[in-house]
Amino acid sequence: MKTACFFPDRYIAVMIAAVITGLWEGLVHIGILSPLFFPPPTVIAVTLFRWLFNGKLTPHLAATLSRALTGFAVGALSGLAAGLTMGWSERVRTVTDPFIAAAHPVPKIAVFPLIMIIFGIGEMSKIAVAALSAFFPMAINTVTGVRQISPLYFEVARNYGAKPFKMFTRVIIPGSLPMMLTGMRLALNNSLTLTIAAELVSAQKGLGAMIWLSWETLRTEELYASLIITALLGICFNMLVQFAAKRLIPWQKGIS
Amino acid sequence: MNFKCQELSKVYSPDNRTIPVLENVNFSVTEGEFVCIVGPSGCGKTTLLRLIAGLLEPTSGQICFNAGENRKQPRNVMVFQEHGLFPWMTVLDNVAFGPEMQGTGKHEGRELARSLIIQTGLADFSQCYPHQLSTGMHQRAAIARAFAADPRMLLMDEPFSALDAQTKLLLREELLRIWKDRRKTVVYVTHDIEEAILLGDRVLVMTGRPGTVREDIPIPIPRPRNLTDGDYPRLREIKQHIWKMLEHEVRQSLSRYR
Repeated sequence: MKTACFFPDRYIAVMIAAVITGLWEGLVHIGILSPLFFPPPTVIAVTLFRWLFNGKLTPHLAATLSRALTGFAVGALSGLAAGLTMGWSERVRTVTDPFIAAAHPVPKIAVFPLIMIIFGIGEMSKIAVAALSAFFPMAINTVTGVRQISPLYFEVARNYGAKPFKMFTRVIIPGSLPMMLTGMRLALNNSLTLTIAAELVSAQKGLGAMIWLSWETLRTEELYASLIITALLGICFNMLVQFAAKRLIPWQKGIS
Repeated sequence: MNFKCQELSKVYSPDNRTIPVLENVNFSVTEGEFVCIVGPSGCGKTTLLRLIAGLLEPTSGQICFNAGENRKQPRNVMVFQEHGLFPWMTVLDNVAFGPEMQGTGKHEGRELARSLIIQTGLADFSQCYPHQLSTGMHQRAAIARAFAADPRMLLMDEPFSALDAQTKLLLREELLRIWKDRRKTVVYVTHDIEEAILLGDRVLVMTGRPGTVREDIPIPIPRPRNLTDGDYPRLREIKQHIWKMLEHEVRQSLSRYR
């Protein structure tokens, strides 16, 4: 049983954040922290609000979102298809395993120049690198998800006369869904990361481009502001997957 | 449904060794009969059940099922020891799984499932997922699912062995009640001699590995039976007889593997 406490633990976390922010603000004003590296939080907040209302943020945010989500959709869907096929067929798995094992550990940003040569410096190359980074976690987690389904369930389904189609929709898909969602979360994070990384290197628009521009012009408060937007985006993505998990796998014990 | 096992043998061969599990098993089961199989652990009871279910192929010998397979009714349905329900389906969907596989309409299948859920006392839990059920309720649902599939035969692999004594008693009674209503052929594997003689029309006693049917004991005592009232002496006699036989088997197999 919980002992009577003045503040729930969550509020303590909020209070710690507030204290740090206040300290930061104060230390800049009394001249201990340099505003060049650590612009006061109030200045960052003002920058954020200005962006929100003067419409400077929207096109950048939209560019990053559309690249990351398109890349995610392409990569995750093909990863899902590949993962299910590999999980289903031992032969396909044996053939493709070495390729996946070889290609998976390659940092995808390292392949970006090659992708730019193939797809040009436009939208396609950024979507492609995001898709590539989404493919592997999705495929690998889906295979694992299918493989860890207890043979008992296949036996039960067979015993009740399940045809291959029913085996797929009633055993394989739901049985591997928890792992699929883990793959989805990683894929979504990866595609956001890689989109921003690609935007740092080559883009006029997007959060990555904003970050890079504020570094080049040494507008530190804008750098912080764009980082905050990026962080918020990442948090939103994770919440989205968590919400999906709650809806899609109500039988899982861990998720309440 | 009746069937006959003729000179059934099964050999497992993991990594170049050969392990005979069943050897020359002969017995027959007639329509509507409740047959229990007991034997020392590792004697191949479960293997035998899987052979009957068609989940395994015998190394030699055959099982003849009577002709006249009708409709879409499945030949048999297995009830496992535990964890047999699909964790991703509610109790209702689990119980309706058989009808769903047989192509019964969704509504009709669910109605069928509901009536069995009520009959097994799970009415309040039909929307629960298996992990929310106790082991006893889980096995109740497993039995409801088996009966909902309306198979010609039920194959049960120690379905109550994970339950506490009281729940076990209750579920045995419930199983007998449903069985009486629907008159299915049942093959019931257990290591519990008492359970076997309380439930079965016949008890097949198996030898240690490689397993074979050593004795076929009819239990001509009307149900419900119990070990405390009038039928006690008869049942105790049978129980003692089986016990001695199994003790001998266990000792023999122990000395063989020592």
